[in-house]
Amino acid sequence: MIDYEILKLIWWLLVGVLLLGFAVMDGHDMGVGTLLPFVGKSDDERRVILNSVGPHWEGNQVWFITAGGAIFAAWPLVYAAAFSGFYFAMLAVLWALFFRPVGFDYRSKVPDARWRSFWDWGIFVGSAVPALVFGVAFGNVIQGVPFHFSDIMMPYYTGSFWALFNPFALLCGVVSLSMLVAHGANYLVIRTEGQVQQRARRASMIFTLIMLLAFALGGVMVADMPGYVISSVVEPGAAQSPLTKTVVVQAGAWLENYQRYPLTMLIPALGFIGGVLSILLVASKRGSLAFIATGIAELGIIFTAGVSIFPFVLPSSSQPGSSLTVWDCVSSQRTLGIMFWVALVMTPIIILYTSWAYRAMRGKLTVAHIQANKHSAY
Amino acid sequence: MIEESVVNLSRLQFAATALYHFLFVPLTLGMSFLLAIMETVYVMTGKEVYRDMTKFWGKLFGINFALGVTTGLTMEFQFGTNWAYYSHYVGDIFGAPLAIEGLLAFFLESTFVGLFFFGWDRLSKVGHLTVTYLVAIGSNLSAVLILIANGWMQNPVGADFNPVTMRMELTNFTDVIFNPVAQAKFVHTISAGYVTGSAFVLGVSAWYLLKGRDVEFARRSFRIAASFGLAAALSVIVLGDESGYTAAETQETKLAAMEAMWHTEPAPAGLTLFGFPDEKTRTTHMEIKIPYVMGLIGTRSTDKQIPGIDELEQRIAARIDRGILAVKALEALRREPKNATLLANFSAVKADLGYGLLLKKYVADVSQATPEMKARAVDDAIPAVAPMFWSFRIMVALSLCFLSLFVLSFWFAARNSFMQKKWLLKWAVWGIPLPWVACELGWFVAEYGRQPWTIHGVLPTHLSTSALSAGSLWFSLGGFLLFYTGLLIAELYLMFKYARLGPASLGSGRYHLETASAAKGV
Repeated sequence: MIDYEILKLIWWLLVGVLLLGFAVMDGHDMGVGTLLPFVGKSDDERRVILNSVGPHWEGNQVWFITAGGAIFAAWPLVYAAAFSGFYFAMLAVLWALFFRPVGFDYRSKVPDARWRSFWDWGIFVGSAVPALVFGVAFGNVIQGVPFHFSDIMMPYYTGSFWALFNPFALLCGVVSLSMLVAHGANYLVIRTEGQVQQRARRASMIFTLIMLLAFALGGVMVADMPGYVISSVVEPGAAQSPLTKTVVVQAGAWLENYQRYPLTMLIPALGFIGGVLSILLVASKRGSLAFIATGIAELGIIFTAGVSIFPFVLPSSSQPGSSLTVWDCVSSQRTLGIMFWVALVMTPIIILYTSWAYRAMRGKLTVAHIQANKHSAY
Repeated sequence: MIEESVVNLSRLQFAATALYHFLFVPLTLGMSFLLAIMETVYVMTGKEVYRDMTKFWGKLFGINFALGVTTGLTMEFQFGTNWAYYSHYVGDIFGAPLAIEGLLAFFLESTFVGLFFFGWDRLSKVGHLTVTYLVAIGSNLSAVLILIANGWMQNPVGADFNPVTMRMELTNFTDVIFNPVAQAKFVHTISAGYVTGSAFVLGVSAWYLLKGRDVEFARRSFRIAASFGLAAALSVIVLGDESGYTAAETQETKLAAMEAMWHTEPAPAGLTLFGFPDEKTRTTHMEIKIPYVMGLIGTRSTDKQIPGIDELEQRIAARIDRGILAVKALEALRREPKNATLLANFSAVKADLGYGLLLKKYVADVSQATPEMKARAVDDAIPAVAPMFWSFRIMVALSLCFLSLFVLSFWFAARNSFMQKKWLLKWAVWGIPLPWVACELGWFVAEYGRQPWTIHGVLPTHLSTSALSAGSLWFSLGGFLLFYTGLLIAELYLMFKYARLGPASLGSGRYHLETASAAKGV
């Protein structure tokens, strides 16, 4: 059996990889969905946009579902505390997501213009709201969340719903929304042509710029934000309850990892490099490479959040001792081990057949294609 | 302690959203295989009508699939949002099959379902057929893993309580995967899905035949649905019996309530066909009983006894007494986690920890429980008899009804005379909703019959929820009601619209409405 400490670290990395998979895959169709009402002016144009992600969004959404399932299985305390604590935010995400399957599949089945417009805006909500709320949730996690555990480990959340929307959290929401929209715009640049492509190109530039500015501002704000530090002895290799440790709050603690391991500064750097590259590549009309560039930016930005607060995953602002860390929020060694092997075998297979699916559907989508396939296309 | 209204509202919300989700799942399970069969015939014979069948039934499949995905999301969220303590307490075991479901099954199904709809001109014939099979395999694999998770709630094998982390932890993954309850449940559930899919295709085809439209198309669809449906209906009943056997072994309380077995009878016990169970007097009025049959189904023997409710209550009372000791021993151990004596004390009684927790519904310190509280906890431990008794019987009656429909459809399809049998076609049309009712009742029996536990014998339902307010629950319930009503209206509207349009919706110019309007010169 793999060492428990190593497994805990592997699962921290794997949760990050699943979130990144979500941002790269589901992220681009959420970006496309957010842009849909603005980039597509006529019904045919909108159908071009919808069909660019039509064959794939469903598979992409599984990255999100699997990330949720993996957190349940690998970090049950995080799943329990975060999902019940962020109750209304979770409902907002869930109900917004409802619009996607029905929006994509039902929209073009009825020719009525109001019906179609309703679902277009539904897809917009289903794409933009989750993208925004995920960022807001991350923003709150970085600041610490008011929750604690009772002696039997029942999680209690003591904050209000509206307190989630504080300036820093909203800024994080802007980062995540603009990041996914820029990524989606780059995807549209690859798959479309003419007017739609032109508009997508402009959207990509604007949102990448917003993402870069917001990410930089976030970095400045984190510098004097109170962070968290474990003040008791940790035994990373042992099974433990989160309640047995002590935690202190310290200004600037979230930058400590970068000072201790300077190499980790590459991670936020990747966020900036990816963004700048995307702007340059879109300007020089290299769509496919720009899509990779926003993917790199996503890698940098998501892991920046993770590395900054490491080893914390869900710090508690009201009872710091209840904070969840990568050492004490995890499942048993056996479960982590089994899940690791399943993930190790399955993830490459999934990437392989997903690539095959994209390859089968590759090429530019045109208005002429939509008109020739009115009965089978979205 | 969590307010009782929060527990009840959480249960209501879970039951409502799960039953709603299962309006769409069985059709996905059944139709995905029917589509694969139709397309196989197309690839083998090259006849275009089979491709059109795959495409048209695929459209109805897609309308249904969208809501299956939508409502499935709720299930994924809800363990964390509304059952936080449950998620913590058993996530180590229960979470794993859910995550594996994502990696192994849901990715497969969802990636290829897009290619099923969009890949007709992009893939070779065999390539597309492979995609269709992968969708069917993916959706069925999905069901396996979900039912492994659910089976573990009914029969929690391969796990042990860890006082350090205060939760159940995995001890043997193979036991969880090969849980006999999960195996029987899986085949029973997917067969029910196949029945639902077959009854749907059979009924809609019969409607076209009654109208005399698209006869060649409908005739072929009817035949395929009749054959597949017959096999599925037989399997559903056989595996239902297997489920009865595993229930007898693992969940005696469920079986006793379902069968209204008030008292232990000499083996082999009789099977109550009909009657009116009366909870107050503990008798079943106007009972019609077949001797020996229950004992044979439940124990696969003639000499083993199936315990009645009276006997089960005595056993539960004893377990609750030991459970009180377990709760107190755990509390002592949590104060001094390194104390070996306290650990040994706890280990001796921990098998009954869950029964001690049953009392937490009435009193925070279980050692202060009065005899009256204990009596109420014992009473809680047996699910209410009448709802179980009736749901089960209606489900069985329905299954016999569609079994006979499939037998007759198959018989007349083999003799090629079904198109003249108007009564049979009408029965098929009106029979469309029956499998759905049976599916929902089946889930009701399985899950209501698990009460008062979320994990049978381990974690009581009233301890499993999140620490939410009743107001939050009312809000979310209202939201679900609103969204789900709207979604159902949109779904049914499109289902009816496209079922009425029939294969003409493919726009190929070969089918009823199109040829009719062409004839009129429109």
